Amino acid sequence: MQQTFPGLLMAHAGQRPDAPAMREKAFGIWQTLSWSKLAEMVTDIAGAMHEAGLQRGDHMVVIGSNRPRLYATMLAAQSLGAIPVPLYQDAAGAECVFPINNADIKFAVVEDQEQVDKLLDVREQCPQIARIVYDEPRGLRKYDEACLTAMDDFLVQGKAFTQKNPQFVAGEIAKCQPSDVAAMFFTSGTTGNPKGVVHTHNSLLDRASVGARFDKLTPADEVLAYLPPAWIGQNIFSYAQWLAVGYVVNCPESAATVTIDLKEVGPTYYFAPPRVFEGLLTSVMIRMEDAGAIKRKMFHHFMDLAKRVGPAKMDGKALGFFDGLHYALGDLMVYGPLRNNLGMSRVRVAYTAGEAIGPDLFSFYRSIGVNLKQLYGSTETAVFVCLQPDHQAKADTVGVPCEGVEIKLSESGEILVRSPGLLREYYKNPTATAEVLTADGWYHTSDAGFLDADGHLKIIDRVKDVGRIKGGRFDGAMFAPKYVENKLKFFSFVKEAVAFGDQRDRVCVMVNIDFDAVGNWAERQNLPYAGYTDLSQKAAVYDMIKACVEKVNADLSRDEMLAGSQISRFLILHKELDPDDGELTRTNKVRRGFIADKYSALVDGLYADKTEQFIETQVKFEDGRTGSVSATLQLRDAQIFEPVKQAA
Amino acid sequence: MSTQKIGDVILDVENISLRFGGVNALSNISFNVREHEVRAIIGPNGAGKSSMLNCINGVYQPQEGQITFRGQTFKHMNSRQVAEMGIARTFQNLALFKGMSVIDNIMTGRNLRIKSNLFLQALRFGPAEREECEHREYVEQIIDFLEIQAFRKTPVGQLPYGLQKRVDLGRALAMEPQVLLLDEPMAGMNMEEKQDMSRFILDVNEEFGTTIVLIEHDMGVVMDISDRVVVLDYGKKIGDGTPEEVRNNEEVISAYLGTSH
Repeated sequence: MQQTFPGLLMAHAGQRPDAPAMREKAFGIWQTLSWSKLAEMVTDIAGAMHEAGLQRGDHMVVIGSNRPRLYATMLAAQSLGAIPVPLYQDAAGAECVFPINNADIKFAVVEDQEQVDKLLDVREQCPQIARIVYDEPRGLRKYDEACLTAMDDFLVQGKAFTQKNPQFVAGEIAKCQPSDVAAMFFTSGTTGNPKGVVHTHNSLLDRASVGARFDKLTPADEVLAYLPPAWIGQNIFSYAQWLAVGYVVNCPESAATVTIDLKEVGPTYYFAPPRVFEGLLTSVMIRMEDAGAIKRKMFHHFMDLAKRVGPAKMDGKALGFFDGLHYALGDLMVYGPLRNNLGMSRVRVAYTAGEAIGPDLFSFYRSIGVNLKQLYGSTETAVFVCLQPDHQAKADTVGVPCEGVEIKLSESGEILVRSPGLLREYYKNPTATAEVLTADGWYHTSDAGFLDADGHLKIIDRVKDVGRIKGGRFDGAMFAPKYVENKLKFFSFVKEAVAFGDQRDRVCVMVNIDFDAVGNWAERQNLPYAGYTDLSQKAAVYDMIKACVEKVNADLSRDEMLAGSQISRFLILHKELDPDDGELTRTNKVRRGFIADKYSALVDGLYADKTEQFIETQVKFEDGRTGSVSATLQLRDAQIFEPVKQAA
Repeated sequence: MSTQKIGDVILDVENISLRFGGVNALSNISFNVREHEVRAIIGPNGAGKSSMLNCINGVYQPQEGQITFRGQTFKHMNSRQVAEMGIARTFQNLALFKGMSVIDNIMTGRNLRIKSNLFLQALRFGPAEREECEHREYVEQIIDFLEIQAFRKTPVGQLPYGLQKRVDLGRALAMEPQVLLLDEPMAGMNMEEKQDMSRFILDVNEEFGTTIVLIEHDMGVVMDISDRVVVLDYGKKIGDGTPEEVRNNEEVISAYLGTSH
């Protein structure tokens, strides 16, 4: 049955009024907000908003972290048929101007003084803002702007309104249709203005319940909401699925307490981008290296065992009797306590998404008994396109298309998606909408990929970056630079990699070593070095990186479509790629074209089979001065493997 | 909570002189503090700023002069009596219990307000338990206010210096003081920590309505957050007024920058 957000809220409040809906820590104790209390709060806020002039179809911004009253605000706006537009709480004031003006927003509900200041700063550019409601009054006592209202006062006004008009909000909720617009999310455009992605109640809730059915989520599940609510991922996990299933959403006290709160709450359903999992693993490893010798030995012994048998166990395969017993002992001594320390004791389903996750990182969590899986989706698809079923999680695929999703590949290898969760349009931007949404309902993801033999979707790269090898041994083979680079970057020694090969006869790569990791390794090898440039050109370092490159090649050779992307030559750069020098974007993505131009001598050297090449480059120091770095770099060959045909 | 109006004189310091043997630490100092204001005491090293605070706070007994707090005049009073009257302080060199957690440290600030006897407290029985919950609630409000939720249970000795300063402030706030004496709250901090601390001091003043007397070396901070400033030099008062007045005071300029003769 099709439903709306406020409709679901009222249903929960009616069926299980005393069940917990949200928890937030106050006075150091988790305080529970029940569904009925939440419904009451939503009704009051909606009443006050109506009095303040919020109309059906109006947009309203919500800026702040995960706070129950901000979630209640979104529900209240939806109850009145208005459209909440969550914005990132760490965006600068200027970045909020476009969304606010684009959606002609008069009404804002924000978390605290920081956000109020931000909006007051841009008031000249957005003169239509008539009302700003703030949740946390601290520091705002002296502000006398007429447009400011404290949430506490707002709730009192709302309560008075509800007492006079007890049936008003319920009546408004009844007018909401599943096909109405429910929310709008702005995507961070790398070029040009951000685009407002318009979703209906139906598109969000359909996907939310498909995901919930897939993982058999129940009202007893617990979630910790700690990522920005403006991001569709968090919005689905702690808002759409929360209402669709009726589980408990826990709000951390502050960003600094997330790890503590994670341990206290012990979520059963968990979601994080790969960098969070990586950060957790690093902190564990550092603490283990500082532990006593016996503990360290025990840890490494059982981690070796986990590496060997853990993933198989997670995939539902039976272990041998001895291994099974050994693993059970490990679970008692190491894996259990470790999961507890990570706050993952109770995790039943954990997801990672957003970027590629390294196979070692991925299998670490699975081997200690955390059911970590991957999914594929975007803001435009309301997240759920592909999901990995339990027991079938692989590091290099993103799972099978989930219920209601159709996937096909365009001629250029682009993944096209058709599902009930697609965006309705980009707000006031028919040109952009037409670019991604075809008349017969297919959405262009601009990702290149394919379905493997098991029906799992594999993402290779952005379509515009995928090229072809021309001439040579692998003539005509597909070349996916990002895929190759990522495989290299999964080694802790490799910080960045830049792959070339489009319209060339083979693939060559420039590698940036990770100074900390390689420096640490060099110290343990008793290898003296003077600095980054010196270290990067050591023969031993080259040998080590060569081993990494060849492992990648061996891996690629097993891949039918990408065997041609094997790396035939590589070099190690003498300086770190840096956004200040224009080599990386501000979000640390390599600018391949710029690097190819800047280091054209090196690229030519690689393809001309030279063994060394002199290069001098300008560098910009942080204080704005410029200098130059020069070095003679070695260029090395790497072994290429025969493509292996894999038996499916 | 309070409205932000600076009120009448709450603390009046009259003709205080303090001598250590032949050294005149303070000579004939008079100034007053009004309710809800932020009052700064500045001066070069050895000017007598900390001695002045120690007199107000009952640690030192001045040889001459008297101090009037809310109409009550006292000459000889120990620090506990002063604390009971509603004057709290923080220390230039932190005086926290390093091995105790942040919560326990701040709880010690509630000491004066705990009424149940030691026996009941030890058993955590009946009224003692109820009372502890009330105090803990107040301490939690302070923790929330100072944004140190992530360190509740961390032993104070493990925290960085800037956070220890915050805990010190928290313990003083736990007394629910009417007047808060801050001895160099920003010493040894970097720019960002100073900004945070200034924010907290102003918030305390605004949210709790606490009157604040602070000693500080950073002139930028003093001029930004104080309502009025007293300037001491070699135990004498050489200036008193708004930051603007003090800044233009010839004597103050020469004390700080030296004069050419």
